[in-house]
Amino acid sequence: MGEWSIAAAGTAGQGVQTIGEVITVAARKQGYAVFSWKEYESRIRGGQNSYRIRVSEDPKNAPVERMDIVLALNMEAAEKYGFLVKRDGLLLAPESSNKNALAMDFQALANESAGKKIFANAAAAGALAAAMGMNPQGVKSELAARFTEKGAESVAGNESAFQAGYDHAMALCKERRTPSIPDRDQRPEALTNVHEAIAIGAAYAGCRAIFAYPMTPSTNIIGQMAARWEDLGVFWEQVEDEIAAINMAIGASYAGARAMTATSGGGFSLMAEGISLAGMTETPLVIVLAQRPGPATGLPTRTAQGDLQFALNAGHGEFPKIVLAPSDPKEAFHLTVKAFNMADKYQAPVIILTDQHLSDAHFTQDIHPEESEPEYHLARDCENPPYRRYAITREGISPRMYPGQSEHLVCADSDEHDESGHITEDLFNTAPAMAEKRLRKIKAMEREIPEAFTHVPSKSEIILMGWGSSGNALFEAAEQLTQEGRRTGVIHFTHLWPFPELPPLQGEKLFSVENCAFPQLARLVRQETGLSFTGSVLRYDGLPLTGTYIRDLILESL
Amino acid sequence: MSDNSNLFDIDVPSQWCPGCPNFTILETLKKSFTALGLKPQDICLVSGIGQAAKLPHYIKCNFFNGLHGRALPVATGVAAANPMLKTVVTTGDGDCYGEGGNHFLHAMRRNPDITLIVHNNEIYALTKGQASPTTRSGEVRALNPQGTTAPPFNPLAAAIISGCTFVARGFTGDSAQLAELFQAALTHEGLSLVDVVQPCITWKPHPLQWYKDRAKRLPDDHDPQDRASALAMAMEMEETFYTGLYYRADPSPAFAGSCHEQRAYLPMAEQQGLSLEKTRALLQ
Ligand SMILES: Cc1ncc(C[n+]2csc(CCOP(=O)(O)OP(=O)(O)O)c2C)c(N)n1
Ligand code: SF4
Ligand SMILES: [Mg+2]
Repeated sequence: MGEWSIAAAGTAGQGVQTIGEVITVAARKQGYAVFSWKEYESRIRGGQNSYRIRVSEDPKNAPVERMDIVLALNMEAAEKYGFLVKRDGLLLAPESSNKNALAMDFQALANESAGKKIFANAAAAGALAAAMGMNPQGVKSELAARFTEKGAESVAGNESAFQAGYDHAMALCKERRTPSIPDRDQRPEALTNVHEAIAIGAAYAGCRAIFAYPMTPSTNIIGQMAARWEDLGVFWEQVEDEIAAINMAIGASYAGARAMTATSGGGFSLMAEGISLAGMTETPLVIVLAQRPGPATGLPTRTAQGDLQFALNAGHGEFPKIVLAPSDPKEAFHLTVKAFNMADKYQAPVIILTDQHLSDAHFTQDIHPEESEPEYHLARDCENPPYRRYAITREGISPRMYPGQSEHLVCADSDEHDESGHITEDLFNTAPAMAEKRLRKIKAMEREIPEAFTHVPSKSEIILMGWGSSGNALFEAAEQLTQEGRRTGVIHFTHLWPFPELPPLQGEKLFSVENCAFPQLARLVRQETGLSFTGSVLRYDGLPLTGTYIRDLILESL
Repeated sequence: MSDNSNLFDIDVPSQWCPGCPNFTILETLKKSFTALGLKPQDICLVSGIGQAAKLPHYIKCNFFNGLHGRALPVATGVAAANPMLKTVVTTGDGDCYGEGGNHFLHAMRRNPDITLIVHNNEIYALTKGQASPTTRSGEVRALNPQGTTAPPFNPLAAAIISGCTFVARGFTGDSAQLAELFQAALTHEGLSLVDVVQPCITWKPHPLQWYKDRAKRLPDDHDPQDRASALAMAMEMEETFYTGLYYRADPSPAFAGSCHEQRAYLPMAEQQGLSLEKTRALLQ
């Protein structure tokens, strides 16, 4: 087999999520890798949403444009998502609308088999399992597992409706080219998610507190801490606003706790002054910025990479900061540990950029925590008293103690200050010396930034340059283009600031690939290296970049 | 002053105007720390920006002098991270009730173990005399040459109705009472508010005598346990500043209290992160 892509679509509350999750788990149990992602409207009931699943033997952790099967739970969904079906694909919908469509009245099937229309989504799941050529027992038992809490009647109803949908679709699909997903004797890697990996990575890295205000798509980070308090042990507080969130995290961090906050663009705007405070007071801080399209409220539940330049420049005045951007759960875990280590070591704010796509997507990918190690940099004692919180050193890093640790007093100030932390107006010596001390830390930070990830085969014609969430889509695009005779390489950034080194380039056509409307990465690369770009692939419809999307636009612009 | 008060003295030149009643607050606070047997390392002062917010620089102890308006959230983070510290916020009427107004309301509800001391001079002194949230309506300020129009914010009433269990007002002209209030506030569990009437002698919204005429201790028969009468007294701020303890209830559970208890009051700085084994298990 190759791989199969499926979308389950319907209105919120119709069970799209359940179908998606059940198929995901069942396919994994059959021995397959699954990548899933979601796109949905910013409302609780109604609207049309879809759950996308990519099933393959080896992990293929990136979204795709076109589907082998679209399951539409209502006709509006069929209209909205019907175009996703590949030319030889299949649309399963209540009524027939085109040549790819198989009409199946899920409600009627549920009513006939289980006596109630509410089991329609079980009938639909059955139909999908049949069309996908999956092992029906596996899907059925996952479905049952989800409804055991609701009682035997619910389990039985779901089972009958599932079977009816399955049988009906099996009969209808006979004449079609449908997927076949037989059991494999394989155990896929773990099913992981970027924000979950950040939460667990933070706990592993010694994070003791998170302060946040709910904002999609960042809320599931503090959500993990709240739901898994017993496991993770990270104190969490939902606060009154993002200004409070960042200031509380700074307070906790000043007091010696590893602390973090998480938000999206709007909340991040409110945090900007706090980021500057962390820079001035040299307080370690980790901030996750989960992006969505702006400006202002924008598209609250959609994805974008439009806050890159904002993150790089957030906070008034000049101070060192670090900006990281994982593309998958494994990178998210390790970069989170690195973020806490570097925040602690350099006493500076670290921003981790994610987005809605990463917030909701599930990857098939093992994470090996032992590949990263938490490092602690708090000073255990004062080596040459009297203790001065901002002692001037060669690298610019002053030993950091916490208040109450000993008789050494820890004095921090957002005003320009002297070594002991007291306000200064000494423009001749102290103020410039302090500015230089803070900026000297950048030199040391730069040594911990690896060269940008580069895969450029010799004689490449094209290089795709991207960052963060689009990583795997870039590689798939490069693969497609190379297969089509346009040899293509990839440069992908997970470390954005301090800006990493680039390998020497050989005059390839350079394209930036970005999930936003302005070529922000191209601007950054040009600013730091002087390189110029042939063009940019920009996607700003709120959906994630895919290999095909990138490939099509590259071919158009060549 | 006992000999001990030197413990908190520090040789940092003051940026306050000579003779400012802020010095009374400073000295009274140092004395109160001494009276309670506290040492500099036990205390963490947190402030925002303003004349009042400079106070931490003039006491020998730990401090975090943060952003304008944001002292309470920083202090809340400190109190969450290290329950062994005596966390005290020193702030101004602009800092606390204006820029930080939202934090003020929510700190009352959240109830972190913090002593909140507000230097209330009814003016933005550091930025040269603009109206503050506690400026009375009709009074002239730098940006209100015709007089302010909005009615003043009533911090004591707001605190009482928002769940604060220790609400007091002091006056820099009565340092004996101020010391009593500070000591009671510092030993109260949870959030305690002491709003201090502090005349500004440079911008002079009112002459000193004006304050002296209006400041009066709360009547002897005022019962601080009686929330309704505390609120009634707090509402009466037109002609008289009643000073003293308006309201004191049994402490309600302090913010992060159960987490602190579970961790045996160990500062977060000394706690361990998730072990490698547990991390591996959670990532399966
Ligand atoms: C975000 C921000 N806005 C405005 C200011 C300017 N500012 C500094 S102090 C202050 C008012 C201080 O008033 P108050 O807290 O009453 O202190 P006082 O000087 O009266 O003691 C203002 C507006 C600032 N520092 N930061
Ligand atoms: S300006 Fe007013 S409040 Fe500030 S120090 Fe001078 S007298 Fe005191
Ligand atoms: Mg004031």
